[in-house]
Amino acid sequence: MSSRERILSSVRTAITGATAPVVPRGYADRLELDAAGQIALLVERIRDYKADVRVISQADLARTIGNVLGERSASSVVVPADLDPQWLTTVTCEVLRDDPPLDARRLDQVSAVVTSSAVSVALTGTIVLDAGTAQGRRVISLIPDLHICVVPAQTIVGTVPEAVRRLDPVRPLTWISGPSATSDIELNRVEGVHGPRNLVVLIVN
Amino acid sequence: MSRPARHDRRRRGTEPVRLHPKPDQAFLGMPAFPDAARVALGDQQLRANLRHATHTIRAKRLNAVGEMPDWQDLRMAAAGIKDETLAHLDDYLVQFEQAATAAGATVHWAVDAEEACRIGVEIAQRHRARDVIKVKSMATQEIGLNEALEAHGIHAWETDLAELIVQLGGDTPSHFLVPAIHRNRDEIRDIFTERMGQVGRAAPDDLTSEPRRLAEAARLHLREKFLSTTVAFSGANFAIAETGTLVVVESEGNGRMCLTLPDVLVSVVGIEKLLPSFADLEVFLQVLPRSSTAERMNPYTTMWTGVSPGDGPQEVHVILIDNGRTRALADEVGRQALRCIRCSACLNVCPVYERVGGHAYGSVYPGPIGAILNPLLHGVTDEHDAQLPFASSLCGACYEACPVAIDIPSVLIDQRAAAVREKAHHRVPTAESVAMKAAAWTFGDAKRLARAQKTASLGRGVARHVGWLPGMLGGWTSSRDLPEVPRQSFRAWWSQREDTATVKALEE
Repeated sequence: MSSRERILSSVRTAITGATAPVVPRGYADRLELDAAGQIALLVERIRDYKADVRVISQADLARTIGNVLGERSASSVVVPADLDPQWLTTVTCEVLRDDPPLDARRLDQVSAVVTSSAVSVALTGTIVLDAGTAQGRRVISLIPDLHICVVPAQTIVGTVPEAVRRLDPVRPLTWISGPSATSDIELNRVEGVHGPRNLVVLIVN
Repeated sequence: MSRPARHDRRRRGTEPVRLHPKPDQAFLGMPAFPDAARVALGDQQLRANLRHATHTIRAKRLNAVGEMPDWQDLRMAAAGIKDETLAHLDDYLVQFEQAATAAGATVHWAVDAEEACRIGVEIAQRHRARDVIKVKSMATQEIGLNEALEAHGIHAWETDLAELIVQLGGDTPSHFLVPAIHRNRDEIRDIFTERMGQVGRAAPDDLTSEPRRLAEAARLHLREKFLSTTVAFSGANFAIAETGTLVVVESEGNGRMCLTLPDVLVSVVGIEKLLPSFADLEVFLQVLPRSSTAERMNPYTTMWTGVSPGDGPQEVHVILIDNGRTRALADEVGRQALRCIRCSACLNVCPVYERVGGHAYGSVYPGPIGAILNPLLHGVTDEHDAQLPFASSLCGACYEACPVAIDIPSVLIDQRAAAVREKAHHRVPTAESVAMKAAAWTFGDAKRLARAQKTASLGRGVARHVGWLPGMLGGWTSSRDLPEVPRQSFRAWWSQREDTATVKALEE
């Protein structure tokens, strides 16, 4: 008998007579907040993780991206192959488009990355990237030390259940809640281990 | 790091008790809980580290949970989803295999640790890997994967900061969430300074014990390994039957590195990690971070389904392991332990864990959950596992804290009974079992009991105050005096009560 058959047969013997309960789903799946309230909550929660978060208008997006890269003295920035060139009109540092795909060692020399995002959760301050439009491959938002992440206001939801229902599990998903952090040394939270140590979130209203 | 102790380990003959076992001993050389606990209790540094850590995280967790008015609803939903999954586990496993395979993954099945390691080693060898990188995973620790790879000349590098501390320090984890909880910052600086240079990029010469500097040293040391290694191993927090998706929840980004950069990814997944549908994550992604790191959400969660063309590893393997899980599943009382999502909330609230730390449990799974999971996975025929259900005060704090509502105290009691039954069946009579048999004989007959009590009362004159008992009873009197034997037994007093004015007064 194969290991597969042995395990399945042991499982079947073990659960003989086991009854499956009806799962109680009394938990909340949305917040009693309007769109402005959700944005305000998302800002507060992202700030709690020590990320830099700004609410801007679409007209200010390109100028803000240029300013953030300048403020942080970025010498180069990588962007997804399909990022709107209009977002980069004020960028003065070197721009690398991930097309053809850059290898990891090259990305390790790049200071910053600009991406969009798929869904954000106000209650937990979480941003989800699903490799969709203007988000690129997972590796580009991982290796550079500064991640400028654009959150379109219409992608913001209140709760985790709302976010899960909007996502397609077949896509590679990355949920981001603040910059990389660890609490491994005497439980002191330290921002920044392996992922980007600096996260700048631009909520476009 | 070994610490001398008075008691020798039964399986290792005369070797001294090691509180922090070397990885190659993989817990097999651990002393039984009472011996290990005695050593741990004498270690002032360990107790100070543990007390600080468990109290800090307890307070934080109460805030994170208190913020959620629907916490109990989430908890009941989480328990229900897991029970439903276990009741149909065969169907969900087959469904997972089909979905993951259709998405481009290769699914393997392993009955035990040895088979799982063999599959993992073969994959690494096929790619001629000399080094592999790893995301922290309980399952790979449970099966001893690092040691199996090492035996074939393949170095497995842990990339979680705490696991790196543990690996470089030459010991084993003591907690599942913060595995280096038994080390303080000065110890960590010394380990980094001494060991990093021997296995890769050295720690900076001016390294201090400031947590930020220590984290930076780990970042630089590991970046080189992330960029140069082509095979990675991980576990998974959840596996979705409906879609074949795997989920890894983490904080530092080392998980993202291992799950994204290499060409080949191998994930070792216990069969109890399944959830029926992607939508079920809406419950578990709420209860897990708040219960474990006491955060609203952990910094990073990665979800992948087979191979994504052009994005991440292009060869993806999943090794589904049993390794005792079907044994636990067959136990009607104990199967709820398989709901466990390894959040470690029960460790942090446990008065026993707080005082002795994780190593005393002598297992990858310490604390209250370990005290039930180990005997359920392995059976109570092993003397070491049989002692774990007794490593508890049954205070119930673990049940309250558990986000999937595992009734740990009830399972502990059930496993204690199993351990006693096992002993009765297979052992030569011990002093304890002889005494218990004698007690059963005495209590079994009213006349015999009356005679015994009379004899005890007569003995009062001889021994008014007993502060010491011989032999096996000495353990009890080492910290207590024996209560004085009363002049008259309750039964004797009851039979005479009509004659006394006090009883009459009470009855009126």
